[in-house]
Amino acid sequence: MTILEVDGFSLSFGGVHALRDVSLTVAEGSITAVIGPNGAGKTSLFNSISGFYRPQKGRVTLSGQDVTRVPAPRRAAMGLGRTFQNIALFRGMTVMDNVKLGAHVRMRTGPMSAMFYMGRARREEVRVRAEIEREVFDFLEIDHIRRSPVASLPYGLQKRVELARALAMRPKVLMLDEPVAGMNREEKEDMARFILDVKEQWGVTVLMVEHDMGMVMDISDRVYVLNFGQRIAGGTPAEVQANPEVIEAYLGADDMTTLRERLRGERGAA
Amino acid sequence: MRIGSPKETYAADESLFRTRTQWVWFGILLLSLVLYPFMANLYWLYLVCLICINIISATGLNILTGYTGQVSLGQAAFMGVGAYTVAWLDNNASTPFIMNLLAAGAVTTVVGIIAGLPSLRVKGLYLAIATIAASFILQFIFINWESVTRGTRGINIEPPTLFGVEFDNPDTFYWLVVPVTVVMLILAANLFRTRVGRAFIAIRDRDISASVLGINLPLYKLMSFAIASFYAGIAGGFYAYFYGSINPESFPLLLSIFFLAAIIVGGLGTILGSILGAVFMTLTPELLRYGVDVLEPFVHDASALLSPVRTMVFGLLIVGFLLFEPHGLAEIWRRIRRFFHLWPFRN
Ligand SMILES: Nc1ncnc2c1ncn2[C@@H]1O[C@H](COP(=O)(O)OP(=O)(O)OP(=O)(O)O)[C@@H](O)[C@H]1O
Ligand SMILES: [Mg+2]
Repeated sequence: MTILEVDGFSLSFGGVHALRDVSLTVAEGSITAVIGPNGAGKTSLFNSISGFYRPQKGRVTLSGQDVTRVPAPRRAAMGLGRTFQNIALFRGMTVMDNVKLGAHVRMRTGPMSAMFYMGRARREEVRVRAEIEREVFDFLEIDHIRRSPVASLPYGLQKRVELARALAMRPKVLMLDEPVAGMNREEKEDMARFILDVKEQWGVTVLMVEHDMGMVMDISDRVYVLNFGQRIAGGTPAEVQANPEVIEAYLGADDMTTLRERLRGERGAA
Repeated sequence: MRIGSPKETYAADESLFRTRTQWVWFGILLLSLVLYPFMANLYWLYLVCLICINIISATGLNILTGYTGQVSLGQAAFMGVGAYTVAWLDNNASTPFIMNLLAAGAVTTVVGIIAGLPSLRVKGLYLAIATIAASFILQFIFINWESVTRGTRGINIEPPTLFGVEFDNPDTFYWLVVPVTVVMLILAANLFRTRVGRAFIAIRDRDISASVLGINLPLYKLMSFAIASFYAGIAGGFYAYFYGSINPESFPLLLSIFFLAAIIVGGLGTILGSILGAVFMTLTPELLRYGVDVLEPFVHDASALLSPVRTMVFGLLIVGFLLFEPHGLAEIWRRIRRFFHLWPFRN
C-alpha cells in the first residue's frame, strides 16, 4: 500500500532547477530514504512534500488524497510530521512545551476555555501531558530534560527533542531531514534504533534524507537517489549500491567522499 | 533512577504557581491589594486605578506583540473604540455598566480583528505601519462620526453604579478596577498554559515550523489581535468611566507608543513584564512632575518643560532597555529573586 506518492515534481528558483520531474512512492510501514550529493534537491523535495514550496509541476498524494493544493498546516493535520535539517525547535521554550506543540493538531482547546482553564482545557492539557510522558519521553529517554530550555541542550539531544515533537503529533508519515547529521557514533546508533522502533512499534512510515550511507543502507527498505534535482535511481539498498549511475554521481561530487568508499565498511563518517 | 526531577512534580508543572512559596506570595499580594485603600490617600488610589487600566491594556498588547510577535501601534486607538462604545451606551441605552464594559470588549474585538487583517500578509515594520494607519482611521472616525462621538467636543459618561453604589471616585472605583485587573491577568496567564498560548509563541519564534506543526497561522494571528483588542476595549471602557469624559485626543498615537514602551521596559512575552512595565511607565511621569515641582523655584518655567522631557524620557527608556536589558524589568526581577534565593551562600 502506498501512503505517500510524489508524481513529477518540478521546482525551480529563478534559473536553479532544484527538482526536475521527480517521482517516488513511499509504501505504508516502510523506511524510505532519499540520498544524493549536497545541493541535489533533497530538502527542496521535503519542503515541497510538506507544502512550504509550491512546485511548478507535479502532484503529491497522501493516504490516497491529492494534497497538492492543500496548505502546509492542513497537511500536518492529515498526519504528515517532519523534522528539519537545521533543527527548528523553539529555543526559548522548555522541552515539554516544544513537544506539546507537536500535539497541537490533536488538541481542541479554544481561546475562551484556554483563558478560564477549567474543565475541558485543563483535562486536555493533563491528558496530552500524560500521553507525552508515557509514549514519547520514555521511548526517547528524554524524561529527565523535560523542563530544560531547549537552547541549553547539546546538539544530539536537540535532534532527539525534535523527533519527539514530530512523534507527539502521532503522524502517519514522518519525514526526517538528516536525522543523524553532526552526531557522534553512539548518538547515531541510538537514533537509528529509534527510527527502527518508530517504524516497528509505532507503525509510522518514515521518509528520511540522510548522508550517512551506513545507516541508510542498514535500515531502509527502499532508497531513492537524487542528483542535480533529478531522480537517478530507486530501489532496494542493494540495487542502489550496485547502480553505476549512482556511483558516478557520488564520484562526480567533489565535496563528498565517494559512495564506493563509504559503502566499504567505513560507517558513520559525515 | 534519575535524579532531580521526580515524577511527583508533574501535576505541579501544570499549575499557575509552582511552589507553595509562590502561592503564599500571591496571597500576600491579594491581601495588600485589599488593605491598600484603607491606608492610601485619594491621589495614590487614583494612581493605582490608572495603573490598573494601563496594566489591562499593556497585557493585551503584550499578548499580541510580546507573545505572538505582531508589532502593533494601534492599542490606544483600540482603547478609544472601547471608550466610545461605553460612552455611547451610557448616553443612549440604560444598560448596566457591566454589560457596557463587555460590549466595549466585544466591539473592540471585532475592530481589532479587522485591523489585524494586514498581519496575514505583512510582518514587522510593515505591520507596525499598517496598525498606525488603522489608528489614524479610527482617530478620523472619532472626530467625524459626530452623531455617535460628538466629535471634538467630546462626550461625557456617568459614573458606573452597582447595587446602588456609585463608583465616582478613585476610592470606590478601586474596588471595581482592581479585581477585574487581577482576573484579566489570570486569564492571560492561563492562556499560556494551553495550546493557544503555545501556538502564539510558536508563531513569534518561527512561523515556518509553526505551520509544519499544523498551526493555522492566519487563524491564530487574528485570534491574537482579537484578544489584544478585547483587553484594549475593556481598558478603554474603564478609562471612559474613570475620567467621565473622553474626546478624540484622549487616545493619540503617543499613547500607543506608551504601551509599546511599557511592555518593552517591563519585558516582552511575560505577564509580569506587562505589570511591571505599566507600573513603571505610569509612575515615571509622576516622578518627573514631582521633580519639576522641586525645580520650580530655581528653574524658569520648569513646568513648560514637563511634556517634552517626559516624551524624551520615554524614548530614552525604550532605547536603553532595548540596548541593555532587552528582557526588561521582569528579567531584573528574576535576577534579584535568584540573588536572594542563594543569598547567604553566594560567593
Ligand atoms: N528557497 C530557495 N531559494 C533559492 N534556491 C534554493 C532554495 N532552496 C533550495 N534552493 C536551491 O536548490 C538546490 C537544492 O537545494 P537543497 O537544499 O534542496 O539541496 P539538498 O539536497 O538538501 O542539499 P544538502 O545535502 O546540502 O542539504 C540548491 O542549488 C539550492 O541552492
Ligand atoms: Mg538538505
